[in-house]
Order: sequence, then C-alpha cells, then structure tokens
Amino acid sequence: MTALLETKGLTARYGDFQALFGVDLRLDAGETVAIIGANGAGKTTLMRSIAGVLANGPGEVLFDGQPIGALPAAQVMARGIAMVPEGRKLFPSLSVEENLLMGAYGRKVEGPWRLDTVYDLFPVLKERRNNPGTALSGGQQQMVAIGRALMSNPRVLLCDEISLGLAPVVIRDIYAAFPQIRAAGASIVIVEQDIGQALKVADRVSCMMEGRVTLTGRPAELSREDIHAAYFGVHA
Amino acid sequence: MSAPASSAWRVETRTRAATGFSVFAVLLVAIAFAAPFFVSRSLLQDLFLILTMLVLAQNWNLLAGYAGLVSVGQQAFVGFGAYAMFACVSLGGLDPILAVLIAGVAAAMLSVATGFFVFRLQGAYFAIGTWVVAEVVRLVLAQWRALGGGTGTSLPNAAIRDMAAVQWIAEAFSVRSAQAADILTYWLALILCCATIGFIYWLLRTRQGLGLSAVRDNQEAARSVGVDARRIKWAVYVSVAFVTGMAGALIYVQKARISPDAAFSVVDWTAYVIFIVVIGGIGTLEGPIIGVIVFFLLQKTLADYGSWYLLVLGLIGIAIMLFAPRGLWGLFSDRTGIQFFPVRRILKGGPSTDHQGTRGGPHG
Amino acid sequence: MIWVDTIVQGVLLGGLYALFAAGLSLVFGVMRLVNLAHGDLIVLGAFLILVIVSALGLNPFLAALVALPVMFCLGWGLQFVVLNRTLGDDILPPLLVTFGLSIVIQNALLEGFSADSRRISVGGLEAASVSLGPIAVGVMPLLTFLSAVAVIIALNALFYRTALGRAFRATSDDPVTAGLMGVDPKRLFATATGIAMIVVTIAALYLGTRSNFDPTIGPARLIYAFEAVIIGGLGSFWGTLAGGVIIGVAQTMGAAINPEWQILSGHVAFLLVLLFRPRGLFPRAND
Repeated sequence: MTALLETKGLTARYGDFQALFGVDLRLDAGETVAIIGANGAGKTTLMRSIAGVLANGPGEVLFDGQPIGALPAAQVMARGIAMVPEGRKLFPSLSVEENLLMGAYGRKVEGPWRLDTVYDLFPVLKERRNNPGTALSGGQQQMVAIGRALMSNPRVLLCDEISLGLAPVVIRDIYAAFPQIRAAGASIVIVEQDIGQALKVADRVSCMMEGRVTLTGRPAELSREDIHAAYFGVHA
Repeated sequence: MSAPASSAWRVETRTRAATGFSVFAVLLVAIAFAAPFFVSRSLLQDLFLILTMLVLAQNWNLLAGYAGLVSVGQQAFVGFGAYAMFACVSLGGLDPILAVLIAGVAAAMLSVATGFFVFRLQGAYFAIGTWVVAEVVRLVLAQWRALGGGTGTSLPNAAIRDMAAVQWIAEAFSVRSAQAADILTYWLALILCCATIGFIYWLLRTRQGLGLSAVRDNQEAARSVGVDARRIKWAVYVSVAFVTGMAGALIYVQKARISPDAAFSVVDWTAYVIFIVVIGGIGTLEGPIIGVIVFFLLQKTLADYGSWYLLVLGLIGIAIMLFAPRGLWGLFSDRTGIQFFPVRRILKGGPSTDHQGTRGGPHG
Repeated sequence: MIWVDTIVQGVLLGGLYALFAAGLSLVFGVMRLVNLAHGDLIVLGAFLILVIVSALGLNPFLAALVALPVMFCLGWGLQFVVLNRTLGDDILPPLLVTFGLSIVIQNALLEGFSADSRRISVGGLEAASVSLGPIAVGVMPLLTFLSAVAVIIALNALFYRTALGRAFRATSDDPVTAGLMGVDPKRLFATATGIAMIVVTIAALYLGTRSNFDPTIGPARLIYAFEAVIIGGLGSFWGTLAGGVIIGVAQTMGAAINPEWQILSGHVAFLLVLLFRPRGLFPRAND
C-alpha cells in the first residue's frame, strides 16, 4: 500500500547550513504521527519542506505517490496538505472569522469542516469572531490557527509546535479537539517538544536529532531509554 | 585592540590593485590638469560635462548607495545652488568663484530646512518627498522677478570676463576671455571632482563610514552597537547638498543662462545621475566613474535620436537593476576581485595562513 | 460667495486627484510598493483612450471601457514579469526600476505622439454645467468627483467584503503564511496591479477630457497622488479621497489669490500636514 504522505531521503538547507540529512517519514491514511526532538533537530524544517515553504532536495516528498517536493506552498495546499505554522501566524489585519475564511482560499472542497463546524469545535471563537485575530489569548489564537487549517478540509494536517508557549491546561483543551479532527478524516503530523503529549495522541512517533530521524516506532513499543537516547543522543 | 593576538592579526583596506591604481590616478589627474594645453575647446567642454556629472553622481551614490537615502529631488540643490550663484553675481556683484562657494553653503542651509520635512518620510516616500521639495523650491524661485521669474535670465558678460582668474588665464594662454572662462570652469570642476571623490573615499574609510555601511545594511543592528543612524543620515544629506549646490553653481557659471525649468530639471540632474550610478554600479566609488563614461558615449552615439536616447538609457537602467544590481563595475569586480578604491576591511595574518577565507562583506 | 464657489471647485478638483491617488494607495496597501511610474501610466492610459477614440470613433466613455481590459492586462504583466522581481527588503530596486519605467514611458510616448498637447473631446459635455443651489458646477468636474467616490466605495468593498480583498490584506501582513492558505503572492500582486490599472484608466479618462495633456505631465500627477495618499494616511481609501480634496481646495484657493500660486499652494498644504500630522489625517491603527 502506498503511504498517504512520504518523504524519502529528504534534505534541506538554509544557505550553507544543512538542516535535514536524508529524512524518511511515512504517514498512512487515518494515522497520526508525532515528530519529537530537541530545539534545532530539524522538525520545523521538515514541516516547512513538506508544505513547500522551504525549497528542498535532493530527496523526495510523495503525496498519494505523486512527487510534490518541488511545488510551491500554494499548490501543495491546494492538493490537501494544510499547515498550522509554528508561532500560529495569524493575520493581524484580519478578524478571527476572516482568518478562518482565509484558510479555504486556495482549496474549496466539500467536507466536514465549514465555518459553523469549526465554531462547534472551538465555541469560544464564535463569540470573538469579529475581534482582530491578534487580540486573542495565545490558546485562542492557536485554536484560530488550527481552525484556519481545517477550513480547507485537508487530507493531511501538519501541526507545528502547537503547544509552544501555552499553559498546560490550555494545551490540554487544544489537544482535546484532536479526536474529533481525526474522526472527521484528517491524517495528522504533529511536531511536538512535549514528549508526553506526543506519545498520548500519536499512533507512531519519530524522533529527530541534528537533521536525522533517529528512532521510529509505536508509543507502546518505545522504552523511555530508547526515546531518551534518540532525543539527546546519549544513553540515560 | 590590545589583545595579545593583535600582533598577528591586522585589519587592512589596502589591495595591490589599489596601490597600482593610485599611481595611475595621480598621473591621470596630472594629465587632466594639463589638458587645456593640448585639447580643443569643444573637448574641454565635454570633459567639463563629464566631471560635473561625475560629481553629482558620486554625491547621489553616497546618499542612496551608502546612506540608503534614495532621493529623486537632488535637482533642488543643483537649481538652488545655481540660483544662489546668480543672485551673488548678478545682484550682489560678487566674483563667481566666491559665489560658487556661497552657493554650496546656501544649498546646505536649504537641506537643513527641507530635511525636517523629508526625514519624516521613510524609504520610497522619502524619495517622492524630496521630489515635492524640489518642485516647491522651483515654483518659489520662479516667482523671483529680479532673476527673470519663470523665464530666467543670463549672467552679465562682464561678470565672467572681469574675473581675475579669467584675465590671468587669457593672458597666460593668449586666448580670448570666453575660452579662458571655459578653462577656468574646467579646472574648478576637476578640483571639485577630485575633492568629492577624495572626501567620500576618506569618509568611507573612517569610523563614520563604517557606521554608514552598518546603517544601510541593518539599521536596528547598527543602533544596537551604538551607531546613531539619524545623525549619520543628516550629516550625509547636508554634506551632499553642499557639494551638489556647488556643482550646480559651477555648471551654471559655465552655462551663463538660467531658467527654473532647466535648473530644476528632474531629467538632467536626477534621472541622468541615477542612470549613471545604476549602470556603473551603485554602492561603489568606481561605479559612477564607469557609469559617466558609458553615459557620455551613449549620449554621443544617440545624440541625433532625440527621446530614443533617454528611452534606451531607461531600459538599460531597468535591465541592470533587475539582472545585475551591482552594475557594470560590480560584474567586473566580482569576476576579477579588483578594487581601485578599497573601503572594505580585510583581516590579514593571524595564526592560520588562510588568506582566501578573509574576504569582507559584499559591499565595496 | 466667491469663496464658497472656490471651495466647491476645489473639492471637485480633489476628486480627480483622489482618482490619481487611489491606484497608488491600492498597490502600496497590498505590497508596499511605491510605483514612481504611476503618473506616467495615467498619461499612457489617456493616450490609449485617445487612440481608441480616434481609431474606432467611439465616445470617450466607451473608449475607456475598451481600454480597461487592456490596461488591466498591462498592469498584470508589468507586475508579474518586472516588478515582482524587485520586491524585497531592499528599497532600491523597486524605486529605481519604476523610476526607469517612468522615463521609458515618457520618452516612448514622446516618440510615438510628439510633445504636442492633446485633449479628448467629450462633445459639448465640457461646457455643460448644472446649478447646485446658487453655484454653477461643471458636469465633467461633478462626474469626476462622483466617479472618485464610486471608486473609493468599490475599493473598500473589494478590500473588506470579498475573498480577494481578504487575500490582499493577509498577503500584505505575511506573504509566507498566505502561501500556506493557497495564495500565490506573485499572481496576487499582479492582480492588485491590474486592478490599480483599472483605476488608472478611469483617472486617465478624466485627465484627458478635462484638460490638455502631453507625454511629460506624468510626474506631476504622481506627486499630487502621492501627496493625497500621505495626507490621508497610508492604507485608508477614504483618507486618500480626503487628501485629494485637501490638495484640490488648497490649489483653487491659492489660484484665487494669485494664479501662479495654484500648484505651489497644493504642495504647501502637503508640507504643512507633513509637519503637523506626519502620519496623515487618518492613519491605519496597526501600521
């Protein structure tokens, strides 16, 4: 069976600095994969490479078996890969509702996610729909960013560091939405520094270090020691 | 600076090409000064045009290429300097040479007054702001009836003929006074040109010059290491106005006839100047020199084709900006590594013998 | 009574300046690009309308309608092929390229149409006037002003009520993230410039029918447009209209005192606003 999304030997660089060294990643339909790793491990670079924001190569990105590695972000998105970018990146000139509507700009397909269903998922956004996106709390802004990505009814949802800078109770609220998102049909890649959170939601976990995948497996099969070694490069 | 390693490391700006070039430059200037002895009058007038355009180009380059202040209103200072000179000579009866100096001061004072307005605008808006200021100055001076109002006026013939220096040259060369005046203005243009290039070269090699590059490359970062961007920009804006005003005055001593439309022409004093700098290479001292030669050759070649000349110049300027933004000199310098006016600091010596990896930033 | 008349004429003249300025304001709002060739593009539009009028024998208003798609495509292509390459952190490339473009357009028009003054005739409509109370108002100036108001309303609706307008604002905020939403910034910018050229065509229609024009008058139109945008405050279309009106009123009042002061008074009004309200009269809050 072909994977829904797959990278094969993916490399990427920022000028002279190589950030990814032959990364292999696989996401099957219906699955949630978490990518964990320390700061600078290359997780965000991997997300940006897949989303088409960052030029990449050599190496391949396959979506439904089709190469998409060379496509610009707008075309990747139109095929059904939506990203929740690191730092949320709401548009400050747009209201909450306009931010959400913007999510479907380049891909208008029928599906479970519309303005009303996103408001059902995050009711607080409906109350604040006419506020500027940036007037919201960090957690609410994160909800807007997730809702915005859902508006295009993506087949793959890439979530980059969605718990960064948020209080634990807020993180819990946001992750509470994930079972519904999965149930509605999206396959998900989560980049997370919070290992515990990642292990809880993911079917499989990949650990990255210094631009390479150092460990992949199902949460239940991975020992603390394995993860520790893959995360920090040393045995505990 | 007093670290033990400093004996091994040296910061230098000298390059071998530059040393060779400075010998050549001294010879060239000497020949240029002697030119009136052996070139025709019409060639001398061409050389005057080249030198004055080069002065304007070097000044605009300092302003836009080094200080990041893209002005399209430098004609304000050319015209104001020219009018100040006319006022001194025609109305005040002063010697034109003295009047050229006064014109520089007048232009500098104008720049202080207008700076308060244009420095409120950023980037692209600064550019159009300077243009508005130039229009205002033109419209105001067009109201000055004593200097011909909107139609303009001429310098009294006697004012030039009676200049002490002109009479001396006329006798020494045994030429008519009109030709002697051409020789004098040529020499003054040469002096102004050498002084301008020397001043900018010196400025870029000082601490202030380093601060200037820092401001252009990253204003925030420059501020964080203690460079006062605002003060540097003001200083550059005013000193450029001073020299531009003198150049304008000198040009109109030679033309001897002025009108607001000509003296404040955006095409003559800004468009040509911008194309010279862009084609030659913005942000380098060598660029305007190359640019003014290209400009002059194109002008001679296309002289009979009217507006085609500006059309071609505009297209070349656009093409250079899009495909070779560092101009002809940049293309040459990138391929050969040659710099005649090295202002880039080069770290030499030190514990390793790696001399290759010590090139400075991309900006000459 | 004379002063009231002067002010009304000034307000109507301001409509023309607002039309000059609206396209500049739009392009700046979307991509922070200041197009120094804006005035010359207006003049180019006027010549295009003139050519259509004389070649097809159309009424100038119909000719402008024919010119609209031509100018849209011209703007789209200009942005996509040339101006997109100049966008970035460095302010030099866009300024110098559009300045070069200004010189190229002027001289191409000089070559093609000579330096003679032209005028597009609207067959008697020039002289027609209506009375608003005690004041007689020219039909063409009135039409200009109403068109300016209509353009401002339309641009506001486009910006704040449509998906395209949302994309304009989002891309202006953050082009990379807008890319994640499916926006191709290069095409979006081309569309914005295309729309600006539609406004330019409308401005060109009134420029060409209300007064004489020749290939060299573009830069002065750019300056009026720029002054209107700055007076109004960056990013506000209604502000741009107000800015145009202020320039227009200042000019007619100056001219009423001394005809030679017309242009100068407009500039002085601009400098005074710059001195006392450097961010303009209606600045956008988050700029």
